Amino acid sequence: MATHSLIPAGEYKTSYAADTTIFPTVTSRNAAILALILVACAPLVFDRYILSLMIQIGYLSIAALGLNILVGFTGQISIGHAAFFGFGAFSSAWLNNVHGIPVFFAIPLAGLMTTAAGLIFGLPAARLKGLYLAIATLAAQYILQDFFARASWFSGGVAGTVAYPFSIFGYAFDTDARYFYVVLSYMVLCFVLATNLMRSRDGRALVAVRDHYLSAEMMGINLTKYRTLSFGISAFFAGIGGALYAHYLQFVSVEGFTILFSIQFLGMIIIGGLGSIMGTILGTIFMVLLPEAMEWLTSSLAGGAIDRALSLKNNISYLREMAIGAVIVLFLMFEPDGLAHRWKQIKAYWKLYPFAH
Amino acid sequence: MAGLLEIRNVSLRFGGVRALSNVSLAVGKGELFSVIGPNGAGKTSLVNCISGRYRPTEGHVVYKGQDITRRPPADRARIGIGRTFQNLALFQHMSVLDNIMVGRHHLLANNFITGSLYWLTGARAEELTHRRRVEEIIDFLDLQPVRKAQAGTLSYGLRKRVELARAMAIEPELILLDEPMAGMNLEEKEDMARYIVDLNEEFGMTVIMIEHDMGVVMDISSRVAVLDFGKKIAEGVPGEVMANAHVRAAYLGEVDPVLADPDDVPLAEAGA
Repeated sequence: MATHSLIPAGEYKTSYAADTTIFPTVTSRNAAILALILVACAPLVFDRYILSLMIQIGYLSIAALGLNILVGFTGQISIGHAAFFGFGAFSSAWLNNVHGIPVFFAIPLAGLMTTAAGLIFGLPAARLKGLYLAIATLAAQYILQDFFARASWFSGGVAGTVAYPFSIFGYAFDTDARYFYVVLSYMVLCFVLATNLMRSRDGRALVAVRDHYLSAEMMGINLTKYRTLSFGISAFFAGIGGALYAHYLQFVSVEGFTILFSIQFLGMIIIGGLGSIMGTILGTIFMVLLPEAMEWLTSSLAGGAIDRALSLKNNISYLREMAIGAVIVLFLMFEPDGLAHRWKQIKAYWKLYPFAH
Repeated sequence: MAGLLEIRNVSLRFGGVRALSNVSLAVGKGELFSVIGPNGAGKTSLVNCISGRYRPTEGHVVYKGQDITRRPPADRARIGIGRTFQNLALFQHMSVLDNIMVGRHHLLANNFITGSLYWLTGARAEELTHRRRVEEIIDFLDLQPVRKAQAGTLSYGLRKRVELARAMAIEPELILLDEPMAGMNLEEKEDMARYIVDLNEEFGMTVIMIEHDMGVVMDISSRVAVLDFGKKIAEGVPGEVMANAHVRAAYLGEVDPVLADPDDVPLAEAGA
């Protein structure tokens, strides 16, 4: 049956414990560990530019994971995610600058502060659905953005605020090669937490609320509680991502957290795959690397035959923006289930090769 | 027979439409109680009143001596009421296993924090303990081949069975089955009837069932109530109910001496 996961012959589960692991087989678990080790070697191999892209993927994917729990798993909608990301960034800087809490503790605390903000703005979610909820979250976006600009005691106002680098026992993680490991650790931690959440009681309840809220209620699931809770959880990951961003750039300014950024987060999870933890990473990689790839493509066009024929000259940068838009549209048309789905199909193809079924 | 559920003078109105008028019923512990009646008679409305989806306009629903009329639907699982739905209401994108595990929601203790920490907080141990109970239900309902399949991809009959499994996982004392056999073939119906009888006799659950298949209803029910136009027109053991004149009228379209409108004089008399 097509719905079964493809597990190699001879892979038998003899206990329920063996049947509830994160990775279905020992091989897949080892492959993941190997991949993690390879990624951890990146600072030894790659230059600063590539490392900065990887760090970006790290903190953005943590925030996108939060949004995927909200949108993909719980079936809510939010177009204010960037505001929570920003709230986390400012909170962490504020805790460190004003209260002197070490960055090491400020990052998780910023996550908790953002959770509180998320719970407050998530309250309408208990009553609203779909487009109505989208508009309500738009309020969160603008209220928080306005708050950042005005509350200079918190965010430094329009001038922004500095955020000191992450350090443990006086050892500062102030270069890309060092900060890479901070982000990587947080990424592993957050993704493991989210995976565990989704395979335990409350994670299932969130999916139940998405799939059929009437019968979820009959199973004893309090809809109001879980709809609001999912906003809290989503804001937590956004806050952690934001805090990591703040201590990476070491400066936070109000302009960064616009609705455009919120929509970019939505783009990441839609392209990656709604309701897929793995898809969140794939989608983030896609959204971060796409502009880079398009930049490379368009700049290699510069001065070439096409450039001369169309006399593009300075307009070549617009070509890049248009190409990004076109790729996303095409992607949604031909791969509506996201990269996670494609990834599964590729795995299935190789597992069954050379037999089609 | 100790009264487990009592419905006292329940009426339900939607604007001008009377879905239920003054219905009273008592279901004893261990009964297999069926509710029958033509389409639109108010059977599902009645079940929705019991399960808390609708709040009766008038009257009370009393469960184990407690008035539960105004308690929210999410409380029902905890006090021991489970139900299935007429139109499939599975969590389509979850596996069969997870669907059934959701039924155990109120029996599990871990929250989103302890759940996320999984190995450290006993969430894993809890999952495994309850998995064992879920596997027993899977065994009972013969769902082993599809336990990992996505619920939305199963055939109709199987989905109905998964829904029964999910309601069983609640471990209810009272289980409400809304047309458990609709749209099934003969073989599937026979299986389902056997499961329902076992549910009642082996697992000791009190069953309230809405069903259109008269053969099944008369064979397995201990008592039957008949609704028509939101009114209870008969109640009793299957034999009595089948012999009842109102029931025959409701099902066969004969003029009913009780429900007939006095103004609605037959044509022959009107002409005279």
